[in-house]
Amino acid sequence: MDSIAPRENTPFSRAGKYKTVSLTFLCIALVCGFFADIDIVTSTPWFELGNIGYGLLTPDFLSIENLFSSLFNTLAFALLGTFTANVFGFLLALVFHWQWIRIFCAFIRAIHELFWALLFLQVFGLSTLTGILAIAIPFTGIFAKVYAEILEESDQTAWQTISSSGDWLSRFFYTRLPTAFIHFKAYSLYRLECGIRSSAILGFIGLPTLGFHLETAFSQGLYSEAAALLYVFFFIIATLKYWLQIKLLPIYLLVAFLWLPDNGPFSWQLLCRFVTEDIVPFPLRGGDLFNYQEIVGLFHWLWQFARTEIFEGVINTLVLSFLALVCSGIIGLLLFPVVSRLFVNAPIRTLGHISLVVFRSTPELILTFLATLVLGPSMLPAIFALSIHNGAILAYLVGQNSNSLSVRIDANSGIRLYLYEVLPRIYGQFLAFLFYRWEVIIRETAILGILGVHTLGFYVDSAFEDLRFDRAFLLIFLTAMLNILVDSMSRILRKRLHFTKLANTENNAPPTSDTVI
Amino acid sequence: MPQSNVFTISDQSLGYLNDEVLKVRSLSILPGEKVALLGESGSGKTTLLQSLYLQQSLNIAYCPQRLGLVEVLSVFHNIYMGSLGRHHLFYNLVNLLSPRVTELEEIGQLCDEIALQSKLLTAVEQLSGGQQQRTALGRALYQRKDVFLGDEPVSAVDSYHADQLLKLVLARHDTAVIALHNREQALTHFDRIIGLHRGEIVLDAKTSTVKEDDLAAIYQS
Repeated sequence: MDSIAPRENTPFSRAGKYKTVSLTFLCIALVCGFFADIDIVTSTPWFELGNIGYGLLTPDFLSIENLFSSLFNTLAFALLGTFTANVFGFLLALVFHWQWIRIFCAFIRAIHELFWALLFLQVFGLSTLTGILAIAIPFTGIFAKVYAEILEESDQTAWQTISSSGDWLSRFFYTRLPTAFIHFKAYSLYRLECGIRSSAILGFIGLPTLGFHLETAFSQGLYSEAAALLYVFFFIIATLKYWLQIKLLPIYLLVAFLWLPDNGPFSWQLLCRFVTEDIVPFPLRGGDLFNYQEIVGLFHWLWQFARTEIFEGVINTLVLSFLALVCSGIIGLLLFPVVSRLFVNAPIRTLGHISLVVFRSTPELILTFLATLVLGPSMLPAIFALSIHNGAILAYLVGQNSNSLSVRIDANSGIRLYLYEVLPRIYGQFLAFLFYRWEVIIRETAILGILGVHTLGFYVDSAFEDLRFDRAFLLIFLTAMLNILVDSMSRILRKRLHFTKLANTENNAPPTSDTVI
Repeated sequence: MPQSNVFTISDQSLGYLNDEVLKVRSLSILPGEKVALLGESGSGKTTLLQSLYLQQSLNIAYCPQRLGLVEVLSVFHNIYMGSLGRHHLFYNLVNLLSPRVTELEEIGQLCDEIALQSKLLTAVEQLSGGQQQRTALGRALYQRKDVFLGDEPVSAVDSYHADQLLKLVLARHDTAVIALHNREQALTHFDRIIGLHRGEIVLDAKTSTVKEDDLAAIYQS
């Protein structure tokens, strides 16, 4: 409706809207800041920082036990999980116009890989299946959504022109798939990078991947070993596009399949018990659903649970994610000039690119872990880690965007150029990218609780530790709902500000492999 | 023997959603007729063709103005698309991955006729505008339908080849309705001319009875 009204689209009114939205977000963030626990709680931050710095300069590759096996495990989980997700995600993308498929996909991708892993851990143990499923399930939801968007946005004239000849599949393979294929390929490569990150951090809950050794090394203060592990990780990600050839993929998959250890004996009994008993809220386990006593018991249980854990978890998750969102935005805006040709020359841009790649490739969980060592346990490390990671991604995207601007020859330079010529032009795109990250940030925020911040993940983790699976399951479910809520809010905002199309360019990964979303 | 109309429209407003583009009081097209549609851009030619297409899409080879080619695929595959319905799924998929010899020969022959022989295995995105148009035309021909609907299908081809292509298309289809922007072509190849002006039919006559003044009416401002 608004799109017809021309006055809505004048730059002036748009600038006003952007300003309102940005100021509102900033104000909410300030209010959040008052409630957030953001003190530095350690007495010797510089000392620890010095140790970490020294470790980073003196990586020790030789003393790590099982370096290669944990590296191969990381890659094998990532390859098999991402591949499985790719296949199922593609199939679901074909029927994505069905409402319930969209809801199903939104739900499975709203639950973080680590939460899935914690769930499967109870049934399949620390097994190959747990690792693969933990990656494959949420990634399936993501692939389905992105592939459906790519298909929807690619040119459909050919499809329509021959709509009367041949069966559906033949027409699909001849007209839709060839056009979408390069986008699928580029996006899959990026997803695999995400898969390697996810696979690595699965080590934090015990799977034999790089994260397992990273956590051990960090918590024992063996920073040289930790640095070596991190460097290996960066190297693998940085060289991804060279070693991952589509022709070699079947071989990689086969090797990955053979490499991973056999699954332990699978127990249907255990699975049945887990689904029908363990995750059922405690007061309902009597079996009689319509018993008055039980219903009252359930409400009592829920209220107690909400009062002690759920409310705090939800509020902390929202507060932390909001602070992280706004800080990411600020970092993104401050950093994008380092990769923009309008502000710096080629050598500095290269340096800028490298540092942004390092920032965005380091999983948030590891960054938070590091920051906690330095700053002590509070929300600060999590905010820092989320902002650095997402800020680097935003900076890259906005920087690329600014490179396509043509600025008149007599334009100002430096800070004037930034404020008057560049910022106004990239701001809409920037906001679109930022809101798009919101969903990702809140997913990560929840999970960072595993490290001790009192977000929902903290309570999930402790519920699992106490073997109270009913509580864990309910909390995970709530996390997913919160995520879906935030996602739809960000979509409404994007629509209001007229940039649904802008944000989608993020998914439509360009056909080079240095896409970053 | 009484012949039933291929297309019939009576008292209809055509257009997208609420945006009326063309008003038609009465229009019928008989089997065997070769009709040229003339009119300035925006006069409603595309709208008319699309509504005709929807009347019996199964029987029609349609050549849209935007071509609708799959740019990353070769000329061969784009033309083969016209015959997807004549083969079963498995054959289609195999042919997508490695072109079958019989298909190569058959489509190669067609390419000879539309002057694209040397481009058979070239990706469409590497072709010029005229060559792309010929590919789209090739695909429509390869559908082997009774009725052809074309939306300026030869606008990017030089006039000599345009004449050849129009002759070919008209020879291979029983009935044809083709939008053109070149009145010479309309007068030479077609036996009926329909002229559109600002969303209305202002001329509908046998070519032999059409006068220069009638044509001028189509292009008046």
